[in-house]
Amino acid sequence: MNLLRFLNSRNASAPVARERLQILLSHERNLRGQPDLLGVLREEILAAVSRHVTLDPDKVLVKMDRGKTVSTLEVDIELPNEFEKSLAAAS
Amino acid sequence: MAKVLVVTSGKGGVGKTTTTAALGAALAQSGQKVVVVDFDVGLRNLDLVMGAERRVVFDLINVVQGVAKLSQALIRDKRLDNLWLLPASQTRDKDALTDEGIGGIIADLRTRFDWILCDSPAGIERGATLAMRYADEAIIVTNPEVSSVRDSDRIIGMLDSKTVKAEKGEQVKKHILITRYDSARAARGEMLTIEDILEILATPLLGIIPESQDVLRASNVGTPVTLNNAASAPARAYTDASRRLMGEVIAMVVPAERKGLMDRLLGRRAA
Repeated sequence: MNLLRFLNSRNASAPVARERLQILLSHERNLRGQPDLLGVLREEILAAVSRHVTLDPDKVLVKMDRGKTVSTLEVDIELPNEFEKSLAAAS
Repeated sequence: MAKVLVVTSGKGGVGKTTTTAALGAALAQSGQKVVVVDFDVGLRNLDLVMGAERRVVFDLINVVQGVAKLSQALIRDKRLDNLWLLPASQTRDKDALTDEGIGGIIADLRTRFDWILCDSPAGIERGATLAMRYADEAIIVTNPEVSSVRDSDRIIGMLDSKTVKAEKGEQVKKHILITRYDSARAARGEMLTIEDILEILATPLLGIIPESQDVLRASNVGTPVTLNNAASAPARAYTDASRRLMGEVIAMVVPAERKGLMDRLLGRRAA
């Protein structure tokens, strides 16, 4: 059996499958631990900003970029042009 | 005490329904009172694999909605007296299933049966989450193939977080069942080995079902593979798995097909 394994080792694809799975799953398991971090951030940012400005919840964009050494969180909130008026009315 | 067992996988087509029927029949054959429940609303097939497709009158959703009593929806197997089927609805959509409704039915089934086998639909949506919701144990059906192993890992994560047991701080007892295994291909390095899969999924093994023509043959005629040809390799593997479920310790072997001389001469594959 070992001889057979050796003879076929050049075109054996199972070790590749095994390695790809191990890398992928270790990554996916880490993501699973923190349930929807972006969703939670988005909700809390939306709540904080809308205490002061009236805004469209669909215009709040939260993006995470994971880099090798640094990751960035990008928050893009589109405000309506008359937001200063609604701010003045609120205060 | 009754045990609720979910047969699940994430990925479709790996053998959940075949497994539910085969294990249900094997458990019933050894004297246990068993019900197999189809959770695949809209795409039911357990009735067909069990050979009861023409006897379905009421279904799971009729019972959830109070249209029929549980006893009216249960179908008794024609071959085994203590094997029953609760079919899924073919017409309603899966949103008709509710958590409370399923909880009530499972509680009722617990008083009537020793084993409640829940055949989960593929995917991770409502039908699949409700099939595992009340489980005490889970069989994760896995093919020796990358996409199946990945989906099994995802399902294991859900079993550890989304079930009633998990929410109470307990654990659903999980078992891996490897189906469509070809030991010759694994030995040649063409297929993930049992050791590879178990190491990646870190979950105990319940059994190894070899790739076999007997599985298709059994579903063609609507008989669980364990009843259709009890001497066949997959039937022996399922029967061993059912005995392990009941707590017996049985050595793990991959039952081999018995190859005839003609098969050898013609170079036919075991599968």
